[in-house]
Amino acid sequence: MELLSGADMIARFLQDEGVEYIYGYPGGAALHIYDALFRQDKVKHILVRHEQAATHAADGFARASGKPGCVLVTSGPGATNAVTGIATAYMDSIPLVVLCGQVMSHLIGDDAFQETDIVGVTRPIVKHSFSIRHPSEIPEVLKKAFYLAATGRPGPVVVDIPKDMTAPTERYEYVYPKKVKMRSYNPVTRGHTGQIKKAVELMLKAKRPVFYTGGGVVTGKASEGLTDLVKQLGFPITTTLMGIGAYPQSDQQCLGWLGMHGSYESNMAMHHADLIIAIGARFDDRVTNNTSKFCPTAKIIHVDVDPSSISKTVRADVPIVGPSSSVINEMISLVQGKSITSPEALTDWWQQIDTWRADREGKLYEPSKPGEVLKPQEVVEALCRVTRGEAYVTTDVGQHQMFAAQYYKFDKPNRLITSGGLGTMGFGFPAAMGIKQNYPDDDVVCVTGEGSFQMMMQELSTCKQYGVGVKIVNLNNASLGMVRQWQDLNYKSRHAHSYMESLPDFHMLIEAYGFTAITVNTIDELEPALERAFADKHELVFLDVKVDPFEHVYPMQVPLGSMRDMLLSKTERT
Amino acid sequence: MRHIISILMENEPGALSRVVGLFSQRNFNIETLNVAPTEDPSLSRLTVTTVGDDRVIEQITKHLNKLIDVVKLVDLTEGNHIERELMLVKVKALGAARDEVKRTADIFRAQVVDVTPSLYTVQITGDATKLDAFLNAMAPLGILEVARTGVSGIARGDKVLSL
Ligand SMILES: Cc1ncc(C[n+]2csc(CCOP(=O)(O)OP(=O)(O)O)c2C)c(N)n1
Ligand SMILES: [Mg+2]
Repeated sequence: MELLSGADMIARFLQDEGVEYIYGYPGGAALHIYDALFRQDKVKHILVRHEQAATHAADGFARASGKPGCVLVTSGPGATNAVTGIATAYMDSIPLVVLCGQVMSHLIGDDAFQETDIVGVTRPIVKHSFSIRHPSEIPEVLKKAFYLAATGRPGPVVVDIPKDMTAPTERYEYVYPKKVKMRSYNPVTRGHTGQIKKAVELMLKAKRPVFYTGGGVVTGKASEGLTDLVKQLGFPITTTLMGIGAYPQSDQQCLGWLGMHGSYESNMAMHHADLIIAIGARFDDRVTNNTSKFCPTAKIIHVDVDPSSISKTVRADVPIVGPSSSVINEMISLVQGKSITSPEALTDWWQQIDTWRADREGKLYEPSKPGEVLKPQEVVEALCRVTRGEAYVTTDVGQHQMFAAQYYKFDKPNRLITSGGLGTMGFGFPAAMGIKQNYPDDDVVCVTGEGSFQMMMQELSTCKQYGVGVKIVNLNNASLGMVRQWQDLNYKSRHAHSYMESLPDFHMLIEAYGFTAITVNTIDELEPALERAFADKHELVFLDVKVDPFEHVYPMQVPLGSMRDMLLSKTERT
Repeated sequence: MRHIISILMENEPGALSRVVGLFSQRNFNIETLNVAPTEDPSLSRLTVTTVGDDRVIEQITKHLNKLIDVVKLVDLTEGNHIERELMLVKVKALGAARDEVKRTADIFRAQVVDVTPSLYTVQITGDATKLDAFLNAMAPLGILEVARTGVSGIARGDKVLSL
């Protein structure tokens, strides 16, 4: 039997759980825990420069690896600084365990120094939270936290730890709990066979089917199965922003992604489909546009591990509650050996889709001419070429995010790392940092904008401390481009606070941290700069790419319209 | 339509705030709320009445079930059930009104449980419509204070809500 203090139990538990990196920032209420981490060397603590960055870094790691990320912050301001990151993870169903120091238990409720009710503050943005009430509970509560974060529909879990729970003087028995059971939590392990059969019958009979798959296929590690199923059936597939890469985008059957800035052919195919096979997607308003005009002729099969996602915004005809992987596997075995009822109809459907595709080919944007200011789209296309489409690409939020998602082609899941649900500016750089530390031999690039980057740029200091060689591509349009786009479209180009006056000299800023910066102005400078940036995997390089501030993201769905109502450029609409 | 949802949940600090928070967070409505421990000290029973169409009620039960602290729940209005609420009312009882209060209480099978020279405190149980009717009857006499427990309910027959 081993006797450990609460703080040592935490350090020990993290080792036993296999946590390699924990991202955090110290402060009074967390100091016993920091001391315990200091006295061991298996779990590596990464000192960020702002707690929000700790949550995004852990979140980035979780998105890339499929394993829970782990964060440690102190009470009060430490914990409240983490809130945006917790909400970001919650909206995208990312497994995260956030350990928060808290004031001593006898002070709780007294407005003690650095006290906030963080369990209360985060209640609507966590999957669950715990408060430690006795040090002996620590191993079991932490096990539950990791279990809850990673299973079922994943999400963030907060553990509130009053300082006296980690006091070095009190020791209790420590045993690593290999398993936990919770009577009130039993995530489904498979879908209803009858419903799956019904779904497959509809699929085989469909004339204009389309797969619409989301982040649930990525977090559910079902992308191989999905690829098999879609290939066997020969149906078109479109994914959500969160589902990008779960099916290889370079494959003919992939129509790209759908929704507000999704591809023309995806949105057209959805609108005209007679069957939508939704897997691990939640019919979010950025996808459906106006739900009352959504896909008027389609029957809907909806597979989701979370029953509350089904029929939340759009009624499902065949609801299936279950994890994407097992449901997909069952579908595959039911489809095997069978053929679709009407191959001619599917051929016609493909002809229609190919016409839509051809309609927009070469018209998506106009590349810059030599000497002219660069188009953001061509920068992303060049980035994709130089990294052979294999990099981990994180983004911030804005036009650059949409361009990154549109013009980088992803053939693997977990490669586009973006804040889809919350749309958190500041996410991209710390997320890239978290990924690079865990995958030092891969290319990790943050595609950002000068607005977003300035929200978390203090992390340059963290990258310096730990030698994190991420690449940063700053699509610098000297404005809050996405806001400006909306103002162009909806406010007669009244640019209220959407431009950035007094931008720093990014070149000097980056050099102040001891890193390399390259400023790119024209097309002939672009590829050499990218090649230079990616030459050394372990060097942080910042590309300040000056791009056209007047560019808009298209297609763009028309507000309150159907899926097919889109602006296609500044002058064309469907 | 009005629904009565009864929930067995972990008797843990924070559990109640998660349930209540869910309703405000997702814009669901709460008409009444009643919560107390059960015969099993590790479980509380919470009963909530809410109004919504089928789609909303489906979302409410799904989201409640998703809360980690919620062990089991039932929508009592889906089957035959017994619904009760307890109410204490202080009513002015002076002069002729004193008899009138007593008579009305008798008609409703309510009991006078406390008296002063100027008022009666009346206790009444029943479903919400009966309690509303009683309040209507008492209103002209001068209601001074009302305390209602909110609805509690249980299914009729062999059906049992337990682990
Ligand atoms: C934290 C946060 N604040 C505000 C917004 C609203 N917002 C969305 S996009 C955007 C502009 C982003 O500008 P920039 O990072 O330069 O990207 P660009 O659109 O110019 O590519 C803003 C302000 C947001 N998404 N997140
Ligand atoms: Mg910008």
